[in-house]
Amino acid sequence: MLINRRTFIGISAGAAVAATLAACSSQAGSGSGGSSSGGITLWTHNGGNTEELGVVKEAVDAFNQANPDTPVTLKDFPQESYNDAIAAAAVSGDLPDILDLDGPIMPNWAWAGYLAPLNISAELENAIIDSAKGYWNDTLYSVGPYDTSLCFLGRKSAFDAAGIPIPTIDKPWTGQEFDDALAKLSALEEYDVAIDFSNADGAEWWPYGYAPMLQSFGGDLIDRETFATADGFLNNDKAIAWGTWFQSCFAKGYASQTPSTDGQDFLQGRVPLYYAGGWKVLQSQEAFGQDEVLILPPVDFGEGAHVGGGSWQWGVSSTSSNPEAANKFIELLMQDEYLVKYSNAIGNFPSVESATPKTNYYGEGKPLEKVYEIGKQYALLRPATPGYKVISSIFDKAARDIVSGADVKTTLDQAVKDIDADIVSNNGYKAP
Amino acid sequence: MSSPALILLLLFMGIPILLTFGLSFTNTRLISPNPPAFIGLDNFVRAFAHDPTFIRSLLNTAFFAVVVVPCQSLLALALAVLVNQKVTGVTVFRTMIFMPVVTSMVVVSILWSFFYEDDGLFNSVLNTLTGGGWTAVAWLNDPGTAMPAIIILSVWQGVGLHMIIWLSGLQGIDPALYEAADLDGVNGWQRFRYVTWPGLHSTMVFILVTITIAALGLFVQVDVMTSGGPQDATSTLVYHAVRKGYREQDMGYGSAISLIFFLAVLTISLIQRRLTRDKD
Repeated sequence: MLINRRTFIGISAGAAVAATLAACSSQAGSGSGGSSSGGITLWTHNGGNTEELGVVKEAVDAFNQANPDTPVTLKDFPQESYNDAIAAAAVSGDLPDILDLDGPIMPNWAWAGYLAPLNISAELENAIIDSAKGYWNDTLYSVGPYDTSLCFLGRKSAFDAAGIPIPTIDKPWTGQEFDDALAKLSALEEYDVAIDFSNADGAEWWPYGYAPMLQSFGGDLIDRETFATADGFLNNDKAIAWGTWFQSCFAKGYASQTPSTDGQDFLQGRVPLYYAGGWKVLQSQEAFGQDEVLILPPVDFGEGAHVGGGSWQWGVSSTSSNPEAANKFIELLMQDEYLVKYSNAIGNFPSVESATPKTNYYGEGKPLEKVYEIGKQYALLRPATPGYKVISSIFDKAARDIVSGADVKTTLDQAVKDIDADIVSNNGYKAP
Repeated sequence: MSSPALILLLLFMGIPILLTFGLSFTNTRLISPNPPAFIGLDNFVRAFAHDPTFIRSLLNTAFFAVVVVPCQSLLALALAVLVNQKVTGVTVFRTMIFMPVVTSMVVVSILWSFFYEDDGLFNSVLNTLTGGGWTAVAWLNDPGTAMPAIIILSVWQGVGLHMIIWLSGLQGIDPALYEAADLDGVNGWQRFRYVTWPGLHSTMVFILVTITIAALGLFVQVDVMTSGGPQDATSTLVYHAVRKGYREQDMGYGSAISLIFFLAVLTISLIQRRLTRDKD
């Protein structure tokens, strides 16, 4: 009995090790799963997001019917773990043929050689709005079916009560007017604080939401000409003015350092002004009625008003065994038909203008019209450099420190030091 | 007989540790087209000379351990002595104290983040107690209160487990010793000092070592609640290693931080072993 048991354990351990090794080697070996049968694979981040996933599934079904020789196999991941899954697959050489990716991450993957340049028709390329196209090193690597825009959402009744003139898209608030508005709103009895800056959000929100304000002051995350240094941009006088102003909004009690997540403070009527984006408009209109919710443009702090641009986009991996089919699928997905479905499903605006009038929410007099106009007029992409992921992480930390009361200049100087050290240690992120 | 365990240990512990050791002397990136290069001690110089967040993380980790280890072990002992009575309903108390342990740390951290908000539980309670005289504090957003807030939560979450371990130690003490002590006419303190405490020696060593290692590895609470902020007040070695090595893709530097962490834990554990062994 004892010998049997020993043998059994030995065999099972051997099997476990063999299985582990096999798993490792199969990850490293197969370029793209399923490609041997002629089909191609697709990964998407919208697992659990049934509306958006439904649109992708429809496109996949249509493509598979039209191209039975190169069927697309779809695999969906929840958004929280999607980037990790991609990074792990990329490192082990197991990327799918088609993948979607968050716009600002694209240059990092293109630089690392994980993405192949896109090869779509020039006509389509020209039709897509700038903020939905991912260029790096003068090459198109990704296109997105939609984009959205940042905006302020305001309660009309509160603005009337406080006697605040309502800014228009063509004539946004100046910094001074914005501060006046915050002061007046915070004087209202029925609200806790004047504004929710969405600072409860994590991950990419801080650079996406607050870097446009920094740029409006005249600072920036990095030198956009050379992408070689942040010195003189993230820590210049104007950037320090931004930091000082942003810090003062919390110090003066205009905004809470710990707002509820997901805009609940605004939706439950505790805050009259909310810095968010197109994705929150419908929900707010449902809560208060379309007339009560003001959709307001970003503030012009001196160097023009800006909002962040760039959302999820599609790209083709460099290991794809059939890039023609992959590009063909992306072209299909970018047809008006699917762009309209996307827009109706998730409330973002289509990235091709000809699709706009056919959507439920965008176009003349429709509820989200203003979101589109703000995006069209003010969108500024995040810097397209492979180092963006590091810049994003460092800026996130610096902005959080500033909000909690850190010395603005010291914080930004250290951020610049960290960003520049990273650029140097990567040989300037030069294209290989 | 031990070979399967050894193989798994080697595969999932030995090799990664060796890899960490090797990577920490290179500039390896998680995602990069550039081949890694050997850069000597640069990563270690960078950590100690050019990275104030690293130094702060080191101090934070030490501070957390210095506070948590004695507080948590003594509180657990006190609770264990309390629930070691033969009273009806004592199991209910044991269960209540143990409950946080079986709750996921992520869940606990999210819940406590709500408690610590401007208008959260703690501010409301203090406000009520002081009759409205309390000014709300954003506990997790103030550099002075963020780490203590995490310490309280961590002790609350972990104390139940160690109470159970103390309890098992207490129940392993021969009742005859207590009877003999009673005959000798000892008071409560003497009974604890000369009967209970010596009987708990091996339990004490176990608890000390496990709490120390757990405390030095502080990560989840920080990741969920504060992201190492505000102003690095809650950044720890493990959190900093993850941020640099994984989120900012600098595997070489992340490995160097991990290696420093590994050496620190090893040293402290060896010292503890030495100290507790000497008492025998």
